[in-house]
Amino acid sequence: MSTITRRHPLNIHIQGWLLALPAIVLLLAFTHLPGIATIIDSFYATPVGKRPAAFVGLAQYQTLLADPIAWLALRNNLLMALITVPLSIGLALAMALWVAGKIRGRAALRLAFFTPTILPMVAAANIWIFFYTPDYGLLNQIIRVLGFSSHNWLGDPATALPALMAVTVWKEAGFFMVFYLAALQQVPPVLYEAARMENAGRWKVFRRITWPLVMPTTLFVAVNALINAFRVVDQVIAMTGGGPNNATTLLLFYIYQVGFSFWDTGYAAALSAVLLALLGLISLLQFRLMGRNVHYR
Amino acid sequence: MSTRTTDRLFDFITTTAAWLFALLWALPLLYAIWAAFHPAAFATLFDLSAPLTLDNFTRAWAAAPFARYFLNTVLLVLGIMIGQFVICTLAAFGLARWKLFGGDVLFALILVQLMVTPDVLIMENYRSLQKLGLIDTLTGVGLPYIASAFGIFLLRQTFKSIPKELDDAARMEGASTLQTIWRVYLPLARPVYVAYGLVSISYHWNNFLWPLIVTNSTETRPLTVGLQVFASVDQGIDWSVICAAALMTSAPLMIAFLLFQRAFIQSFLRAGIR
Repeated sequence: MSTITRRHPLNIHIQGWLLALPAIVLLLAFTHLPGIATIIDSFYATPVGKRPAAFVGLAQYQTLLADPIAWLALRNNLLMALITVPLSIGLALAMALWVAGKIRGRAALRLAFFTPTILPMVAAANIWIFFYTPDYGLLNQIIRVLGFSSHNWLGDPATALPALMAVTVWKEAGFFMVFYLAALQQVPPVLYEAARMENAGRWKVFRRITWPLVMPTTLFVAVNALINAFRVVDQVIAMTGGGPNNATTLLLFYIYQVGFSFWDTGYAAALSAVLLALLGLISLLQFRLMGRNVHYR
Repeated sequence: MSTRTTDRLFDFITTTAAWLFALLWALPLLYAIWAAFHPAAFATLFDLSAPLTLDNFTRAWAAAPFARYFLNTVLLVLGIMIGQFVICTLAAFGLARWKLFGGDVLFALILVQLMVTPDVLIMENYRSLQKLGLIDTLTGVGLPYIASAFGIFLLRQTFKSIPKELDDAARMEGASTLQTIWRVYLPLARPVYVAYGLVSISYHWNNFLWPLIVTNSTETRPLTVGLQVFASVDQGIDWSVICAAALMTSAPLMIAFLLFQRAFIQSFLRAGIR
């Protein structure tokens, strides 16, 4: 926009701010102020009864550093991010390439891939529980046919988190596929024609043309997948309740548990502050990777 | 091997993989449909001669107040959508059309919410709702989502692409700002509102953590929370009934999606980041 600020008469500025006022009030009330309050609260003890909370400095954070469950939640969440993000992205791109290509039954494929996006996580989770159920669950039925013995997927600390990761990838890949589909449509057909003229193989075409050209989409999807990974909570509540032995406790779930089951609000505030810091870190990363204005302009 | 032979082999492998993945991706829903429409005895027994039944649906419907949950969810998603349309339109217009004093800072502050969504701040937001007396109300569930950074961002983009001349023409005829928005901007931005509406409805139909925290009675619980309460209160692990309930809660969105597949996918693309 070329208009210079000074050109607007004052009442335009007032009018513009008035139009934005309801949104500003709501955003302040439910995003900015609670964000700041969370950080302030993390320096106070949990109030008991009607007495005001006592200032305790960094005590909540010392508790946090000494709390093995907090570390476990952080570790689980990092694993969740490190494993589900690349998997979802890779699968999303593969799905998009399949659906955009000349494959048989692409409409059915697209439907199958995208459907999990529309399903409520809680509903899907309750169906997935059956897949993982010991003995007669679907996964165990298949595994027994293949000659292995039945396994309690959600009951074993070693497999519970991977089981939730599978559900997460299943839910997200089709959603991200849509962005790749759009990106693939933007690739100039001339490039593929040129590659065909040079008799380049499929893999070479992908590596030299497709992959570099969908890079902005990959970054965009990666950042969104990363944010989502740190907000995963529905499937934990619906499928494992954080168990067994906190093997599936993730950050947001732990905040929920500490805040609303143990009612330790001071400590929950410190945990929330950690989550805020992580999300802030991701947004810094985003600006570094994408430049300020690529996607949010 | 020549390039062409490798390509053929490559195509064969990828096509097979595509179908395997599609099957895997569809399996949970296919299974739920199987279990929900057959007697409980066949929940884990895949016999094609099994009789069909609607019994599981009637049992689920009778076992929990799903009718009320449906009503709550519908009221909630429509309320949020209308609220978002109004609040975000106003804010987006101010930011799109005029170079406001401090407008860039304001916009940057708005975008913070893309990262810090209300469900990240559950503790503080719960406390705010307590102060407002909105715990266990649908208003309380919806309120934190009404001023959506994403909505403002999306509509601001759209409004910016609308020619200034149309705006000027309306003003020449004496239209006020609100009248100009109503007569010029809304009609031209209609596809974006449809997209945003679909994404908003899908998101809030499926939203779980925040309504779980805020609601604690049948009169306010949306479907997702109701389903979780229903499934976790001991159902004697009757998979057929749980699957029927899960299908029921997803059905309206699923049917709408099947009917308007293209519109849905386009909408998620247009308004993808929510």
